[in-house]
Amino acid sequence: MIHALAFYVFAAVTVVSAFMVISARNPVHSVLYLILAFFNSAALFLLMGAEFIAMILVIVYVGAVAVLFLFVVMMLDINIAELRQGFLKYLPIGAAVGIALFAEILLALGAWSVSPVAAGSLRAKVSDVPNTEALGRLIYTDYMFLFQAAGMVLLIAMIGAIVLTLRTRPGVRRQKIAAQIGRRREEAVVLVKTRVGEGVSS
Amino acid sequence: MTLAQFFTTHWLGHLIVMVAQCLAIVVPLLVAVAYMTYADRKIWAAIQLRRGPNVVGPFGLLQPFADGLKLVLKETIVPSGANKVLFVLAPMITFITALIAWAVVPFDDGWVVADINVGILYLFAISSLGVYGIMIAGWASNSKYAFLGALRSAAQMVSYEVSIGFVLITVLLCAGSLNLSAIVKAQEGGFWSWYWLPLFPMFIVFFISALAETNRTPFDLPMSEAELVAGFHTEYSAMTFGLFFLGEYANMILLSGMGAVLFLGGWYSPLPFAPFTWIPGVVWFALKIAVLLFVFSWTKGTVPRYRYDQLMRLGWKVFLPFSLLWVALTAAAIQLFGWGPG
Repeated sequence: MIHALAFYVFAAVTVVSAFMVISARNPVHSVLYLILAFFNSAALFLLMGAEFIAMILVIVYVGAVAVLFLFVVMMLDINIAELRQGFLKYLPIGAAVGIALFAEILLALGAWSVSPVAAGSLRAKVSDVPNTEALGRLIYTDYMFLFQAAGMVLLIAMIGAIVLTLRTRPGVRRQKIAAQIGRRREEAVVLVKTRVGEGVSS
Repeated sequence: MTLAQFFTTHWLGHLIVMVAQCLAIVVPLLVAVAYMTYADRKIWAAIQLRRGPNVVGPFGLLQPFADGLKLVLKETIVPSGANKVLFVLAPMITFITALIAWAVVPFDDGWVVADINVGILYLFAISSLGVYGIMIAGWASNSKYAFLGALRSAAQMVSYEVSIGFVLITVLLCAGSLNLSAIVKAQEGGFWSWYWLPLFPMFIVFFISALAETNRTPFDLPMSEAELVAGFHTEYSAMTFGLFFLGEYANMILLSGMGAVLFLGGWYSPLPFAPFTWIPGVVWFALKIAVLLFVFSWTKGTVPRYRYDQLMRLGWKVFLPFSLLWVALTAAAIQLFGWGPG
């Protein structure tokens, strides 16, 4: 009973906060609602017994991705009235994209079938193997090469992002720690003998 | 139905047990926080050849309560330009995230509220949430000092979490489990069999990252008083400030607890024979936390503050490659020499 109640509470909060993400006026509030949605979906994973995925969701999305979102959004100086203006203008194209995505999801769901191998692993006992271990076996033993390939794709995407945004600016003065530590007394200090009343002439 | 049955089967009994467990953790924790502030001030005083708080009560022992009472009695001021809901929410987030992490910390063999499979991930997840309280506080205050403090803090905490993550990975490679009790049990024995010795460089990385994660000197840039007034909590007063303060100290105790569980053998006594094993494990655990907290205060008393670019350099260019290398070395050693668990 409590299980079902918890499910409905978390699911309702997830849906409501996901709706608030797109309808909140203030972008910072949007990001905070997004975080709330992440949290509640993590709780839904927990209810399904997928504690590893739940924790990773919180660590990766809430702990890192959403922090960066918030970081960027907080620094934006957004005029809310201006933001509202284009609503009608962009409505047709937004609706078209939305409908296309929805149709794709429907198609994907309609054509969905579970392969016998996957069905077997779906029905694998949740209770006797901790799901961290089960996931590890799946990713690093059964599907090792696919997983590595996915990693390579991500690495290439990352390198691409860096290449696109890297600007080499000339004349930037950087701190060179090795050069600072490597300085000797001889090259840093010059002793000049001065006569009283004359001072140092360079 | 007997009393034992009531507490184990009936839902009301469960509820009572749960509330009692929460209180059993929160009350000692808050007392520990109060005396941590006192110990902190006494240690800095000793370092600077002063006396420290010594007026309220014998040896100044009632000073933390006097301070707490003062904070409760003061007026909570909400700036007129602030976002009121978020402004009040921020200190609560900081305080609550500092408290809920304790649910998975094992105080002794079996003394843990929630003995979950992924305890170490839970700890990591909760400790990464602490940044939200600070960021929301900085943004909702609508003040440039608070905002700058919040930005610094966010960047800093995200950077150092990465190396803490790698430290956790090396420990769980050695222990072969994500469960904190199992990690402690993997270190059974005297102080030479705890993980601080084989993983010594990671212990140091963990401790320094913990300093950065809790915004303590030498990494207290988010609230460096010389530049940012009081950083992210510039606009906070009375108990809203008090919650930040409590949360910050509770976080320090939490990270010390993590250090004790991961590297200092949790509840095991340092010398595994008669007179020492008579002392209950929870006392050893508290002592280990106290030692780590002393080092926290000692660092604050002796080390000057980092410059911001140096802080970032240390996090990304020193700790990250180093801990990554150490993860690879540990994994290789476990695989090649069969040192691993089971």
